[in-house]
Amino acid sequence: MSEMKKIKNLKEFSTSADRFEGANLLCPGCAHSIIVREILNATNDDLILSASTGCLEVCTAVYPYTSWDASWIHIGFENGSTAVAGAEAMYKALKRKGRLKQPDREPKFVSFAGDGASYDIGFQWISGCFERGHNIMHVVLDNEVYANTGGQRSSSTPIGSSTTTAPAGRVSYGEKQNKKDMLAIMAAHGAPYVAQVAPNKWKDMIKKIQHGFAVEGPVFINAMSACTTEWKFLPEDTIAISDLATDSLVFPLYEIIDGTKLNITYRPKNVIPVKDYLGAQGRFKHLFKPENKHVLDEWQKRVDEKWEYLQRREEAGV
Amino acid sequence: MIDNGWDEFEIGAMLRSFDGAVKDIATTLQEDRPYSKNNSFTASVADWRIEKPVFNKDYCIDCQFCWIYCPDISIISRDKKMVGIDYDHCKGCAICVEVCPTNPKSLLMFEEKMDEDEALAGWPEKENKEK
Repeated sequence: MSEMKKIKNLKEFSTSADRFEGANLLCPGCAHSIIVREILNATNDDLILSASTGCLEVCTAVYPYTSWDASWIHIGFENGSTAVAGAEAMYKALKRKGRLKQPDREPKFVSFAGDGASYDIGFQWISGCFERGHNIMHVVLDNEVYANTGGQRSSSTPIGSSTTTAPAGRVSYGEKQNKKDMLAIMAAHGAPYVAQVAPNKWKDMIKKIQHGFAVEGPVFINAMSACTTEWKFLPEDTIAISDLATDSLVFPLYEIIDGTKLNITYRPKNVIPVKDYLGAQGRFKHLFKPENKHVLDEWQKRVDEKWEYLQRREEAGV
Repeated sequence: MIDNGWDEFEIGAMLRSFDGAVKDIATTLQEDRPYSKNNSFTASVADWRIEKPVFNKDYCIDCQFCWIYCPDISIISRDKKMVGIDYDHCKGCAICVEVCPTNPKSLLMFEEKMDEDEALAGWPEKENKEK
């Protein structure tokens, strides 16, 4: 077993040598690369990566350039997870046969995908990987919309959000369905580790990623990725918006171990109202019209209920 | 068509990030890496910027918030110290300025064509917070 990288504080962490390069074509202020950097810097082991189609893939592999300093597979919309799972299966087979060229090095297998490629299009593939129990980590860069193709709704899009295929206007308040609870679904696969992370809480994130690398079996990470283009806020506010999301409990940070044991890993000191989070983004601005007040109320109610549920689950330990 | 084996690639199907063998990339700093011409490190997005961040080391406390939250690996930190900004890869998003906790900020946005010495000369004074 390779040794875990020791990260005590941010100063120590800042001595990491990045394996993700600049001059990628992600928007200025995109949270994707903040998340990717934090994950790649959490380990010193070799990495085998893939990215399903989405912003991250198309922006980091624009011919003739690559932004990755690790083995990285460019693959279809749905099968990023299976590509990495295949590599992992091959690694295991070669190891068993004693044909690995560097048997002392244990690579880590990570697949990155957007919420569209995980919640909708790649769901069957991810489900398959988790059912077969590959030793991989699947990271969802959850920006709640198909940002790469121009902001269509995905099944991760929350209620009331205005998207290009569910636009808000005279008759509609935007997206009608609520976000799919992907963590519960992946935990139900019996995965050894499932967690929700946010880039602004880097220490919590590093801890979860390192735990995910240490366990044997499939690991699912849902990373909130604030999208300056589709959520409609200024690029410099990415971290501020992420703070609002975690402090208003819209994105509660928690983990589920072995499919059952739920731990809340971040409890905000001052819980802020959900409308502060919604009001900071252009995609929800129509909700503040008087006729849409019921959506705002429903938002707050849903977030409160979810938080209550998580706390009960944590107490019960089941 | 040439018949390739299972572990061979067509020309162009694979890009190499580095020229030649690299022993351990996770412990090799960027200045010591043999980047190939296909690595986006050798490209630049400097022309995306309208405003650029300028670093004033007089006020910096090396908290590294700018380093962790920079999306473009443009904050150069060495030996736990903030050293400077990589203007080839900075897109001018200003996250580093927003997360800077010092008073006055040790990173501020200035117009792209402004001279750095001029920017440093006109740095704002410490702000007294109203109670």
